[in-house]
Amino acid sequence: MNQIVPAGKRPGTELAAPETQDYVTMYIEGQMFGIPVLTVQDVLGPQKITRIPLAPREVAGSLNLRGRIVTAIDVRLRLGLPNNSGENKGMSVVVDHGGELYSLMVDQVGEVLSLPAAKFERNPPTLDPMWREFSAGIYRLEDKLLVVLDVAKLLDFNRNE
Amino acid sequence: MDDLLSEFLTETSESLSVLDVELVKLEQNPEPAILQNIFRLVHTIKGTCGFLGLPRLEHVAHAGENVLGKIRDGELEVTADAVTLILQAIDRIKLILAHLEQNECEPEGSDEDLIGQLNAMAEGRFQPAGAAPAAAAPAEDTPFPVAADLLAEVEAAYAAGKKAASETDILAEMAKERAKEATAQAAKDAAAAEPEPAPAPKANVPAPTAAPPAVIKDAGPPGGGAAPEAKESAVAAQTIRVNVELLENLMTLVSELVLTRNQLLQMVRGRDDSEFTAPLQRLSHITTDLQEGVMKTRMQPIGNAWAKLPRIVRDLSVEMGKKIDLQMLGAETELDRQVLELIKDPLTHMVRNSADHGLEGPDERRAAGKPEIGKVVLNAFHEGGHIIIEISDDGRGLNLDKIKQKAIGNGLASESELDSMTPQQIYQFIFKAGFSTAEKVTSVSGRGVGMDVVRTNIEKIGGTVELKSWPGKGSTFVIKIPLTLAIVSALIVECASERFAIPQISVLELVRTTANSEHGIEMINNAPVLRLRDRLLPLVSLKKLLRLNDEQGVQETFIVVTQVGTYTFGIIVDRVFDTEEIVVKPVAPILRHINMFSGNTILGDGSVIMILDPNGIAGATGESGLLGGGQTTEQTVARDMRGDAKTSLLVFRAGGDDLKAVPLALVARLEEIEVKDVEYSHGKPMVQYRGHLMPLVAIDGSTHFRDEGRQPVLVFSDRDHTMGLVVDEIVDIVEDRLKVELSADNPGVIGTAVIAGKATTIVDAGYYLPQAFGDWFGRGEKEYGSDEHGQPRILLVDDSPFFRNLLTPLLGVAGYEVTAVEGPDRALQLREQGHDFDMIISDIEMPGMSGFDFAQAVRAEGRWQTTPMIALSSHATEKDFERGRQVGFNDYVAKFDRDSLLVTIATTLAAIKGAA
Repeated sequence: MNQIVPAGKRPGTELAAPETQDYVTMYIEGQMFGIPVLTVQDVLGPQKITRIPLAPREVAGSLNLRGRIVTAIDVRLRLGLPNNSGENKGMSVVVDHGGELYSLMVDQVGEVLSLPAAKFERNPPTLDPMWREFSAGIYRLEDKLLVVLDVAKLLDFNRNE
Repeated sequence: MDDLLSEFLTETSESLSVLDVELVKLEQNPEPAILQNIFRLVHTIKGTCGFLGLPRLEHVAHAGENVLGKIRDGELEVTADAVTLILQAIDRIKLILAHLEQNECEPEGSDEDLIGQLNAMAEGRFQPAGAAPAAAAPAEDTPFPVAADLLAEVEAAYAAGKKAASETDILAEMAKERAKEATAQAAKDAAAAEPEPAPAPKANVPAPTAAPPAVIKDAGPPGGGAAPEAKESAVAAQTIRVNVELLENLMTLVSELVLTRNQLLQMVRGRDDSEFTAPLQRLSHITTDLQEGVMKTRMQPIGNAWAKLPRIVRDLSVEMGKKIDLQMLGAETELDRQVLELIKDPLTHMVRNSADHGLEGPDERRAAGKPEIGKVVLNAFHEGGHIIIEISDDGRGLNLDKIKQKAIGNGLASESELDSMTPQQIYQFIFKAGFSTAEKVTSVSGRGVGMDVVRTNIEKIGGTVELKSWPGKGSTFVIKIPLTLAIVSALIVECASERFAIPQISVLELVRTTANSEHGIEMINNAPVLRLRDRLLPLVSLKKLLRLNDEQGVQETFIVVTQVGTYTFGIIVDRVFDTEEIVVKPVAPILRHINMFSGNTILGDGSVIMILDPNGIAGATGESGLLGGGQTTEQTVARDMRGDAKTSLLVFRAGGDDLKAVPLALVARLEEIEVKDVEYSHGKPMVQYRGHLMPLVAIDGSTHFRDEGRQPVLVFSDRDHTMGLVVDEIVDIVEDRLKVELSADNPGVIGTAVIAGKATTIVDAGYYLPQAFGDWFGRGEKEYGSDEHGQPRILLVDDSPFFRNLLTPLLGVAGYEVTAVEGPDRALQLREQGHDFDMIISDIEMPGMSGFDFAQAVRAEGRWQTTPMIALSSHATEKDFERGRQVGFNDYVAKFDRDSLLVTIATTLAAIKGAA
């Protein structure tokens, strides 16, 4: 497994800005999303995925990550966005949820950002109900907005069925 | 050293270190869960000691357990004193163990002081510290005081024996010691009394069973046995216990290694004389060996867990004076190590239970006409992707009444709830915590730790345990463990370019079919079948089942002939590859609801593949296989939906030689009354029954009874009215399909059906009820409705003439005006005609329109939209209730439950009235 240094615990950052949180950013349809860096296990390129018949539509299949079986979730479909028609297979971010690994398939994975709490805001009420469900809040960045994904809710398929 | 003993030492020292920690935790935070854990650990130690013939250990543990038991039951508080005392008991156990490890026998000496204190504590009259003898002083860093005594004693013994004490001397000494102990014990704590050797003459060697592993070959240095430091057990250090997680990781790494090797081999294969060929060959071999080795660390034959059972059973048979034959079948069945560890204790416990509670003594067995030697059979095998372990005995079976009493006593169920349960359901109560029906708390069992632990442990690994029992014939426990953790060989197949694994164990054979071969797939109204050796094999298309799209037409297909339980069917696939050994991994939680898959796995080439579950597939084809867990209900429903559900029928003779029957569910009790107790009033016969008068009705209306002796009577009970139907002879209780083939015009007879192969008259119990009540309770209806028009009107919809005939008079007696129709169509006609009812009672399973559809139709439109509806069904699962509620039924009643039907009608009507 990748050894990811817990960013929040680096001495420098802690002293300078105790109020920041680190997020791995990713993009779907140009929209920027983020999940807390500590929940991320791996970042993967295109993978060979085994389809799972009868599974929910959002479950793209499963893949083998160094001997562990990872369930791939198509975040795009989960968020109610149109199916990606392009050939671009995209990247995915692997997260651990309840001891199981899930790979969140997105268009692209960006850099890690340290974001100050002051820039965090709750979901605007006008947000699409589906998005409101999966979004833990919004960060105001200079030039765009970052939607914080609530991984637990994203992977909780019982609630929505 | 004896394997058994060394294993015991390893295990016990592990338990003891856990105990130390847990006890301290308990003192700080007296949580029931911690206490339960401590109690179990001590119980296990005690139990094992008993079987190994270690009386000292056993007594100390038993006394400690008594105190813990009192604490668990809330009779004692967790105090520092209590914990100190128990810790002392643990220290004593450690001390004895240390000696045991070196000399393979318990040290001489007595634990009376400690046991006395423990018992005093248990009885709530413990005097803390000061008053107690020296031994009670907290034994922290100072050498354990008793150890000093012991040392002195050992030395004295040695001096007396001049360091060459003969075996007999030592044993005689021990016998003396034990005799002393036994007398003291018996006086103090009757429950702790063991079948001790009788206070024997000095020269006598104690009875071999109770003696510790007999021979003392090497007494060792005098100080050794009494060394007080609790040093690490040498035996415990001989084997290394490895966390299974570590093995799991190793396994993952090895799998990766295999994959990398495969890639390398692929690369080299192209070149003929590469310098890598030789080393790679070697790497390949080593990798394979390594893989096998790691696999092996996880897999063990189940026989390993059974190894100590014969001894335990043997000792038990001596102790209990029973003759027991333990048979073990399928010992080579391989199990994942982790599973094995977890089922070991439950298995031991269950075998012990079977031998102790299940089997009768030889006298009782002889009296029951059974062979003197009782049988306990252990059987392990693979089935339908599960590992099944059966533990059966041919003993007396479970005592239903005792379980009922205990269930009521423990507040687990009310009497009425128990009445509506089948015996097999009631037996399941023994899996509840604190449930033991053994009358005495013995050293073997009876404390109510046990079956709940068994179930907890089995459920921890995702297994199930079932219990069946037949009075007088024995009990069978069936443990079913999913193969989630086990390695299986699987057949890899392809369908619509996707690969799947089918557990080899369910595959009978493979058949290849082509469009023009003799083995062609034929269709019966879109249902594919195959002629296979003069049989018609039902087929399932995997493609259709899994909704796979596949454009390319395949000319050639394979059929995997699969067996689940007794059901054989074929799965149509496109291609068949090889078989592969796979480690089944559970699917992600979000996919668990798909019951077509039992897990997934990673193949040698690194790709992920789904494992098909033959049970699930069989279930999807409508055939009920051997299903576990949550699927069972659905399957039962599916089977019931096909109609012809079996009914228990009571077959009897009355008024003639022909057989008559009533559904057993309608009969409240079977009684035999003394003919001389029959009294007459107004010329009608009756008996005094349970403080009331019970009218007696004969089937043919006659009032003549036998001249003397006893007369069998079927008691029908309806609320507080009881009626006895006098019969000549009760023949049998059979379970059969109730299909009335000839209907009769006679009142009191529903018709004739074939039951257990014989033509039998089905008696209409409903006809006799008003006969009895009509005379006795006069115009009873008036109680319910104030005038004729005020009688609530009920529409009864049921396709079965039997139930219509049964319920109509019943409801009539209860004061309702009943209109019975044979189906929803007819009912809806009545709606169109403008009839109104106060309530609709509808069956669920009916041909054509089901009860659910009917309810929806009623709720959708028309004049009955607000009429309360009650569903009536022979299967009443939670799911059905839910569905019933959704489609608009106000309530749901099980078909045979007349009482609750009447209550439900009354309350529903009352609620409506109250609302209006």
